[in-house]
Parts: sequence; structure tokens; C-alpha cells
Amino acid sequence: MSTTDDTPRPADGAVGHEAPGDGPVLRLESVRKTYGRGTVVLRDVDLAVPAHTVTTLIGASGSGKSTLLRCAGLLEEIDDGAIFLDGAEITDPRSDADSVRRRIGVVFQAYNLFPHMTVLDNITLAPRRVHGMPRAQAEARARELLERLGLGGRGGEYPDRLSGGQQQRVAIVRALAGRPRLLLLDEVTAALDPELVGEVLGVVRDLKEEGMTMVIATHEMGFAREVADQVCFLDGGVVVERGTPEQVFGDPQHDRTRQFLRRIIQAGRL
Amino acid sequence: MTSSKGVVNGSFEEGGYVPSQRRVERERFKRARARRAVGVAALSTLVTAVVLFLVITRSPGWPRTRETFFSAAYARKALPEVLDGLLLNLRLLVVCGAAVLVLGLLLAVARTLRGPVFFPLRALATAYTDFFRGLPLIICLLMVVFGVPALRLQGVTTDPVMLGGTALVLTYSAYVAEVFRAGIESVHPSQRAAARSLGLSGGQTLRFVVLPQAVRRVVPPLLNDLVSLQKDTGLVSIAGAVDAVYAAQIIAGRDFNFTPYVVAGLVFVALTIPMTRGTDWITARMDRKRAQGGLV
Repeated sequence: MSTTDDTPRPADGAVGHEAPGDGPVLRLESVRKTYGRGTVVLRDVDLAVPAHTVTTLIGASGSGKSTLLRCAGLLEEIDDGAIFLDGAEITDPRSDADSVRRRIGVVFQAYNLFPHMTVLDNITLAPRRVHGMPRAQAEARARELLERLGLGGRGGEYPDRLSGGQQQRVAIVRALAGRPRLLLLDEVTAALDPELVGEVLGVVRDLKEEGMTMVIATHEMGFAREVADQVCFLDGGVVVERGTPEQVFGDPQHDRTRQFLRRIIQAGRL
Repeated sequence: MTSSKGVVNGSFEEGGYVPSQRRVERERFKRARARRAVGVAALSTLVTAVVLFLVITRSPGWPRTRETFFSAAYARKALPEVLDGLLLNLRLLVVCGAAVLVLGLLLAVARTLRGPVFFPLRALATAYTDFFRGLPLIICLLMVVFGVPALRLQGVTTDPVMLGGTALVLTYSAYVAEVFRAGIESVHPSQRAAARSLGLSGGQTLRFVVLPQAVRRVVPPLLNDLVSLQKDTGLVSIAGAVDAVYAAQIIAGRDFNFTPYVVAGLVFVALTIPMTRGTDWITARMDRKRAQGGLV
């Protein structure tokens, strides 16, 4: 299944936190998810995400990309199968879901910043309340991350005063503040103006350079191709095709993948 | 979309799926855990109940207390009269409740109107809510019930129930207006902008976009005020009208037994519970329709 065992990137360690083990950081095994009565959203999904690699999920709206990320982030309960983080099953009802969520960062399409808190408070909430970090330390780290993402000096502002691109970068900083092992990005540019998309994608590129392990659901095909070590095409809740960007975009094996890519090209998005 | 059209939102379950061993085991564990939780809860409830029961029934004054407060014979005797009185409470609740909701909503809307043209209306509504929210209900009642008849106005009623009801509406509409106003202001300005951008007038925006969202959000606090109103309907008895509480008081005074009070109290509780569960059910159903769901 793994097609991406090319050289693991050296860990910078400044962003993600390290955990032992050579196996994949995230692994899905025959994951099945249904909504309501009988609507199958994910069907027998297998996926492995090695450390320091980026996996992009592509597919039409409703193909299950977001659901896959929500399941991996333990925001949805799966019906069958199992999900492993660093080799330990996180979908086991005996495991402590909160401690798992602490190790996984999620960035949402609609930012989901807390509007009643300043940027700095948004970012330091989890480090202070969950990780027990002293305020001064949490804020110093938040400022450093903000600075790095080009948001220096914005810490005191409220989210509603920022542009969409700035809000999304704050959301990324918030997800990174807990030094997650894995970052899940769900259509993070879908709500942004085209000229703001670049700044957010730039941040994601930088994170990749720093060795952050990421799974990214996206409609930005050029980006999906460029940033990925592994591309995963979903259709109707099934992983139809998986491989390196060259394989999936250059030489798709499946009819459905070809049709999807043809529509994307017709729409001028690739 | 071509071939994937049918499966855009996931496809329907086909017969072929068989739950894996892992799922079966996981669900067995969850069921066991749920059973354990229910067991612990049941046991602790039982222990608490038994302890309370023993403490109360072993207390030195219990036989006497039981006779004065929980006498079955007196309860049976008092119930018909209390229920008779309750009819008055119910009538007042329905009529005053409706009037309070309408008046409260009008006041709230008046307070949220913008522009200098509406200044007098806004000021009037603000003054009204400020005054009647601050005025103790009992004083408002006394003023209306005894003050209005004293004016000896032609054609104005002197019926204590009508006047008492009016006093209740005056006070409670001020409370309810503030609840509605909080709801209206909690609707995000972008909703108003979206509605106006479609060409809806200010009034239409309020009616079709803002108020439906506002009212939905304030259902629980509104219910709070209605339950409170239901109990306060008993205050009209200060003018001589016989409601459930006053009926109980009459019997208790006659027989030197407090059981009628307990009966009246239980009757009120029995009335509010269905009301609360009903609104809980309605709000839960609304949430289910709109929410995304999920684990957290």
C-alpha cells in the first residue's frame, strides 16, 4: 500500500514533536463510516502516512475527504475498521481520546477561531489549559510562531478584524501550538480569495520543509500535486487510486480518476 | 459529474457488508461499559435515596410531620378544591402568557429599531421595560388591583382577576422583552446584511430572517419566564380570587393541617414538567435537523 517510502525528511523538531517508531504515523485499516441509516461515507478505507511526509486527498465534494480527516482526528466515530497513531489503535474505546486529540492538529475550512478571544488567547488556550504551560512561555512560543507565519504584532487583535488568509494562518498556528505529531488540513483554502490562497499554501509548504507529517484534503490540484509525497483519490467513500503525484496525475490507472482529472482540467483548475 | 453522480454523498448500504470481528468486540466492550455506568449510577441513586429515607423517617418529629404534611385523608379531601382553584391559575396562565409573549416581542422589536424617526418609540419601550422590570410584582399588583377601581372610571372593570392579570402582563412583558431582545441581538449582523442584500426591507428582514433565529435561541429562557408566570398567577389571590394556593390556604386554616399546601405544590410541579419536557423535545429535534453531528 505504501508508495511513499522515499527518504524520510530530516526532522527539524521545531514544529512537530517527535515520537519513536519507524512505522507510519497514521494508519487507517478498513475504515468504514456511515451516517444515518445506511449512507456509507467511507468504505473499507486503507491508508498509511509515513513520518515527515505529506498525503493529499483529492476527489469531488462528498467523496469522503473531510469525513476521513474528521475520523482520523477523532471528531467522528468510525463504524468499523481501525485507525492507528504511531502504531497504537486510537479508535479502541479503551484509549483516551482526549490525549490522542492532543497529539493531532486539525485545521478547518472555516477557520473555527474562537471569536471572543484575541489571536494570542486562541493560540495559547490549549498550551495553557491542556498542556499546563505557564502563560509567559505559551505566549512567547505563540509570538514566535506568529512571527514565522508573517503575523507578528497581530496577537492582540480579535479574529474578526483579520482577513481570511490571516485567520487561517492563525488557525494553523493554533493547531501547531500543541506540537502535534500529525496535522490534518481540511480544505484550508476553500473559503479564501484567490490572492489569499497563496499565503496559506506557502505556510503549508514551509511546514513540509520542516518535516511536519500532514494529511491535506484539497481542491487545489496544482498544490495537491506539488506538495504531496502521496496522492489519494477518493470517490464515493472509496480510495480509488493511490500513489505518487506522478502516478496519479501523470498516469492514472482507473477510469474514475481519469474522468475526475478531465473535469478538473476542463474547469481550468490544473 | 458523470459516473460518480449517484455516489456523490456516499452510496447506499448494500447487503454485502458484514461487521468485522473488531467491530463486534468493540461494541461488546461499549455495551459492557454502558451497563457498568448505569449500574454505578443506579446504585449511588439507591444508596442516596435509602439514606435520605432513613434519616427522615427516623427523625423524632417524623410521625407528627407525616400527619400534618402528608396525610392521605386530608390530601383526598383537599384535592378537588385545589384543582378547582387551579383552573383559575390555568386560565390566567394561558391568557396572560399569550399577552406577555406578544407584548414582549413588540417591546423588544421597538427597542431594536434604528434611526432617529423611531426615537420616541425606542425611548418609550426602554422606559417601560426599565420601570416594570424594577417594580416588585406584588406592588404592581396592589397598585392595579386596588388603585384602578378607586378611580371609579366608567366602563373599567373592577374584577380582581382581570386586574390581577393585567398587572402580571405589565411586569412579565418587561422581562420577556429583554429575553427577546437578547435573542435578536445574538443573530449575527451578517445575517441582516445577507437579507438586506437580497432586497428585503428592514421589516421583512426582521420577520423572515432575524426573528425566527432569535426566537429559537430564547425558547429555554422564555419557558423559564412562563413557568415563573404560572406560579405567580397565584398572587391574584391577594385581591380575593380563589386559586389553587389560596384554596389550599383556606382548607389548611380550617383544618389545621398543611397537607393541602403539599397537594397544591405537587399539582404545580406536575404542570411544569410536561411543559419543560415538551420544549426540550422540540429544541432537541430542531438541533438534530441542523447540527453536523460528530463525536465531540
